[in-house]
Amino acid sequence: MSIIKTEDLTYVYGEKTPFRKVALDNVNIEINEGEVVGVIGHTGSGKSTLIQHFNGLLKPTSGRVLIDGEDFTGDKKKLREVRFKVGLVFQYPEYQLFEETVYKDIAYGPKNMGLSPEQRDARVLESAQLTGLDESLLQKSPFELSGGQKRRAAIAGVMAMDPKVLILDEPASGLDPQGRDRIFEMLRTYHEVKKNTMLIVSHSMEDIVKIADRILVMNEGRVFCFDRTRKVFSRAEELERIGLAVPQVTRVIHRLNAMGFDLGEDVYTVKYAEGQILSRLKAGGEG
Amino acid sequence: MFKDITLGQFFPGDSVIHKMDPRVKLVLTVLFIIMLFMAKNIYGLLVGIAFTIISYLLSRIPFSMILKSMKPIIPIVTFTAVLNVFFIRTGDLLWSWRFIKIYNDAVNTAVFMVVRIVCLIVGTSLLTYTTSPIDLTDAIERLLSPLKRIGAPVHELAMMMTIALRFIPTLIEETDKIMNAQKARGSELDTGTFKEKVRGMVPIFIPLFVSSFRRAEELATAMECRCYHGGEGRTRMKQMSTAPRDWFACVYVAVFWAGIIVMNMFFK
Repeated sequence: MSIIKTEDLTYVYGEKTPFRKVALDNVNIEINEGEVVGVIGHTGSGKSTLIQHFNGLLKPTSGRVLIDGEDFTGDKKKLREVRFKVGLVFQYPEYQLFEETVYKDIAYGPKNMGLSPEQRDARVLESAQLTGLDESLLQKSPFELSGGQKRRAAIAGVMAMDPKVLILDEPASGLDPQGRDRIFEMLRTYHEVKKNTMLIVSHSMEDIVKIADRILVMNEGRVFCFDRTRKVFSRAEELERIGLAVPQVTRVIHRLNAMGFDLGEDVYTVKYAEGQILSRLKAGGEG
Repeated sequence: MFKDITLGQFFPGDSVIHKMDPRVKLVLTVLFIIMLFMAKNIYGLLVGIAFTIISYLLSRIPFSMILKSMKPIIPIVTFTAVLNVFFIRTGDLLWSWRFIKIYNDAVNTAVFMVVRIVCLIVGTSLLTYTTSPIDLTDAIERLLSPLKRIGAPVHELAMMMTIALRFIPTLIEETDKIMNAQKARGSELDTGTFKEKVRGMVPIFIPLFVSSFRRAEELATAMECRCYHGGEGRTRMKQMSTAPRDWFACVYVAVFWAGIIVMNMFFK
């Protein structure tokens, strides 16, 4: 069953003002439980607007959003439940840290859920472990941590609510390459342990292909395509036309294809490319 | 939710009044205020009203904007009017019912006060409608610059005002973001009772303060990197200069001043 479903979701900014802008235009998507979905798109393509609908921060101008088959618009009690069910990590989440200690900050979400101190404690320790935060850091002030640690503490704060769906907006932006890898590594372990649904917004294809099962491409408020990662990248030319950079390796392979090497359209990881090229070379050597 | 707030009331345009030197505009606005308080009777105020109307026609600010500037003062105006009507007890008795007595002096004073306050607000709004906040602080700095001689930090104050104005929209955006982030963690900013909403403010203000300090530090570093060291010896890209229209404006105000003095002399 689909955990997130939108029906003709449309959202308009500044209705009835000269600044009226359609941010989402008839979006119909369905996300299955346990899936990892990458959301990509240009700045202003509506991806951030879209994810803010999934936990009720924005109300659709028209259309519906169903979480777990339920429409929660206009119901305050359900709205709160949805916020705990769908955890949303914003871009630069470290700017939301506010408590005296990292521990208390991570416990903020669970506390709002009304969990007992024992349950909270378990949640905090678990999410600290999942995000790779050392226990010695928990009693420190969040403002003493390094940039990467702050980022992980903030993500832990959302993970601690144990949401059925975890949505992350550009989780690795502003980090160095090593920090980026660690964040994605962390998300992969989290998914393996929890098996829950994840949505990751990013404009770095290289990062997203490593983790996503399916990719949703947004363009000018509409769904450009929503398909398995492999299939999406076989449309590299179209993606480049709407201004999205495909992974470097895909570009290289497509050029090679154009030169007459038949390496397949759906190459997007270096490893897979290596395999393809090697098998080609072998075949070539034999022939 | 915060995106609806417009900063200041600057309404861009290219009318004569928009093009005037902000310094002259500022001084003339002060003179306009004095003029309103000089008027001793309703006829003098009529001159003030005429001045306001003509100036607005010249500035080509839409009527709806004027109404908007009046909205926040409605409570004050009503309050003073009511107070005057019921508590001034001189002149002829116009109407009475039990303990309520209304005299003609009371009505006169009430009308006089209301017209004066409305003129004051609407007239001075013209300055902020036609001058951008940055131009305005610049003008204040220039006008106050003689005070530098006695050691007043005029340039620094003006710079602070400019920076504050610049960062209001940024901070509004930031507040919006932090609010959303905390809502996503279940703070009851939009779902809770009043008490819960108030408690929910702490997780908003702390990150906001932290990021303001961070921004301030970054800005200070950036300014120092570009060799900012206070106002001494600083030249400007945009020089303010008076044009004939500014002198016309002075004459125009002087005429109305004279009008009010005449009205004061004729109608005692």
